[in-house]
Formats: sequence, C-alpha cells, structure tokens
Amino acid sequence: MIRLGVNIDHVATLRNARGELHPNPVKAAKYVKKAGAHSVTIHLREDRRHINDFDAKKICSIKKLLVNLEISTNPKIVNIALKIWEGLSQELNYNVMFSQRGVMNLAHNLQDVRDLKRRTHANRLNGIDAVYLNTEQVKKFCPIINTSQDIRYPVLGGTLQRRAGTARHDAVAWGYARGADEMGVDIIQNCEVKGIKRNGDTVEGIETTKGFIKTNKIGVVAAGHSSVIANMAGLRLPLESKPLQALVSEPVKPVIDTVVMSNAVHAYVSQSDKGELVIGAGTDDYISYSQKGSHDIVEGTLNAILELYPIFSRMRMLRQWGGIVDICPDASPIISKTSIKGLYFNCGWGTGGFKATPGSGDLFAHTIANDEPHKLNAAFNINRFVSGDLVDEHGAAAVAH
Amino acid sequence: MFVINCPFCGEREQSEFKAGGEAHIVRPKQPTELSDDEWAEYLFMRKNIKGVQFERWNHAHGCRKWFNMVRDTSNDEIKAVYKMGEKPPIE
Repeated sequence: MIRLGVNIDHVATLRNARGELHPNPVKAAKYVKKAGAHSVTIHLREDRRHINDFDAKKICSIKKLLVNLEISTNPKIVNIALKIWEGLSQELNYNVMFSQRGVMNLAHNLQDVRDLKRRTHANRLNGIDAVYLNTEQVKKFCPIINTSQDIRYPVLGGTLQRRAGTARHDAVAWGYARGADEMGVDIIQNCEVKGIKRNGDTVEGIETTKGFIKTNKIGVVAAGHSSVIANMAGLRLPLESKPLQALVSEPVKPVIDTVVMSNAVHAYVSQSDKGELVIGAGTDDYISYSQKGSHDIVEGTLNAILELYPIFSRMRMLRQWGGIVDICPDASPIISKTSIKGLYFNCGWGTGGFKATPGSGDLFAHTIANDEPHKLNAAFNINRFVSGDLVDEHGAAAVAH
Repeated sequence: MFVINCPFCGEREQSEFKAGGEAHIVRPKQPTELSDDEWAEYLFMRKNIKGVQFERWNHAHGCRKWFNMVRDTSNDEIKAVYKMGEKPPIE
C-alpha cells in the first residue's frame, strides 16, 4: 500500500517568521490527516526555528496519526531491549554482569552539538530519559576527560543516558544458551551450515557438516556472515561486511566508571570488571572477513583516546582484534521475512547489535512465529530497499557506524 | 593492513586508498524502464562475498584515479589489480 506522509515543518517556520499564531502546525497536522495522510514529519531543531516543544506534544497526541520525528524508529527497539536487559539476569538466573553505569556521547564541533541535542529531544519525545550535558557537566560526570578547549577535538558537550551501560558479552551468550537449553532448544555446537535446500520459493531444510536438518522455517542470525548464508539460498542482501576493531588493555584499578563514546573521532572507552580498558574504533571502509583490520584505524582511535584521556598515555594493550559487522546502506537493521517463504533474516545491525540483543530477539521470534512482523520491527523489513521507505537514522541509537 | 599496487603509481600503503565496493555492476541504460525490484537490485543488493571478490578502489591520497582489484576477502590477499575498462585478468 502506498502511504502518504506530509512534512508540516515549514508551517511552523512561516508562523515563527510572522511572529503570529497563524498558521498553526497542530491544525495543519489535523488537516492533512483529514485529507488522508497517514503520517506527518516534524523536525524539532535545537534552536526551535520551526516546531517547538508545545507543537510537538500536541501533534504527537493526535490520535491515529503517525508522527515522524525523523529519528525514532531505532530508539524504540533499543529502549525495549534496555527494559529486558534490566531483568535479564533474574530471568535467565545467570549473571550477565549488566551494569547501568551510563553512556555518554561527546560532541566535538557545533554540528555534533546540534545533532546530539536533536537526538536527545527525539529520544525524550519517545519517552527515553536522555539528557544533554555541557562541558562542565561532562567533566563532573567523568573527571578524567580532558575538557581543555585548545585541543584538536575539544569537548563541547555530550549526551547522557543514565540507564544505559554494559553487559558481559560471553555471559550473555552463555546465559541465553542455558536458558534456551532449559526450555528444550537443541543447541548443536561445531556444526557448520553448508547449504540451504529450497523447493521453488519455499525452504525445505539446511545442509550441515553433521547432516541434513529438515524444516520449513529458518531464522538466520549470522551477523557479519549474513550474506554468506543468504548466498546459499540464492538471495542477495543490501549488506557490506567490514572489520570493526577493538583493543583491551592490561587491568588497572577503577579509573572510569561510565561508558564514553565519541562518534566524531571514533573512540569508545569503558572499563571491564576485571579492570581492563575496553577500547573500540570505527569500522574499516573495505569489505573483509579477515578479522584483522588496518593499523591506521587503530592509530587514529588511539590518537583521539590519548588526547581525550591523557591519563592513559602509558597503558599497555593486551589484545587487539577485528570483528566483522554487516552494515546496511541506511545504517538500520533488517528483521524481516524474505522473498523465500520460511526464510527469515535478523541482520544489518552493524556496530550496534549487542545492545539490542533482547529486543531484536523477541521481535525476530514474533516475526518467525507469526510469519508477520511485530509493529515495532515492521519498518525494518527488507522490502524497504524496494519501496524506498529507508530508515535513515544514522546515529539515532548512538550507533557509530 | 596491506600494500596496494596502484596501476598508475605503484606500491603504496592501503591507508592512501578508499574502497569503492563491488565492481562490474553495470548501470542500467534505461533506469526509468526498470521495476522497483530491479532498481533496488542494482542500487542496494550486493554479493558481499567471503572469498575472491572483484571490487573498485580509488587512490584517494595519491593519483585519485579509480581502478579495479581482485582480492580474497577472507584473508585480504590481493590477486590482481587492473585499470577501469580492462577485462579482469582472472576469471
């Protein structure tokens, strides 16, 4: 079905330019709805040059009208995931070391400031309690950051989501595996998928190194290798797989009690419970499954880290590796049915999949069980690349790729 | 990290280059006559091969010319480098 969305932002621009109460964007939203529009787009700018907070609240409260705040589809999934994270250790009876130590995203230039403020507003309109901090507040929240203004990447401010944080990756994998096993799921280890058997446009089963498994439904969650599995079924996906590098330092006493990211300089830092600094870089720009990545990427990240945290200048790194991330052209994930009946994909999460694990898992299970997406992942269908309904939300959920 | 033999400049560090993705995707002659599916296939769908892949690279911090490369993406080994418009030296 073709859906009509109308951008009513400039109704507010006109009103503001006139300095009157007319024309009224809330009325405009009601008019376009009456005329048959399915959604309206508004753009809550930092300077409130167009829509203001009052307009946004009023427009959001109009019943049965979808409001496109331009960056709100991804945060909804991640927010659901966060709620599940909060009770996950209890539910799985396994300590996933979930630690809500807060996640801060730094702004280093005026465009960063505008983007991050806008993301904060979009989050808050979606009921997510993010806040924007100025330089002094950043320094207070994380004192080891160098907030001097004469450095190459001065800290002009940052966003903070206090309920965000970290969990231990392998504990999450083990916890889920144990939970699934207890519920009767068969987990077959060291068993490589070698092919997908199709009968016309329907799946019949998978060939593995341990034999054939007959099934009429296959859910693929293969991260960086999603395209490899898709190729087995004769399907092409809108993905490119690239290395994402990370480093871990020697363990030291607690020095940083939060997570700090900076997308402008591609630097992520947190400290594990063992005391190691966990440092993340940006992705390399070429397709590779080599799990290595380039030295210049790491060098760039460490340059930024050392400038932001001079205290780390003598830290020694213990390990460095490259994980393979699958990235969509619109930087949003795919949780979707495919053109082949019974074949489902949950992929394209790029660098931001881990935090969404519980939410994406629930929605994917719903999609497979009902052969229809949940309303929260309907926008993340693979057909958006055909229809043009891209979810272009770079950085919406603090994802760096 | 690897060294790339630019067909115009010779061997240089990979950090001088910019990857341009899958090569030999031919732009349709009449885009207006394509269905949405065909256009999406051209615009977005990629092989994203693990193994020997034909791809485009640009010597961004050098001669700034585009060229093609055959590379094994599973270990980053470069099999061949050839100019735009030339036939791939390997099948």
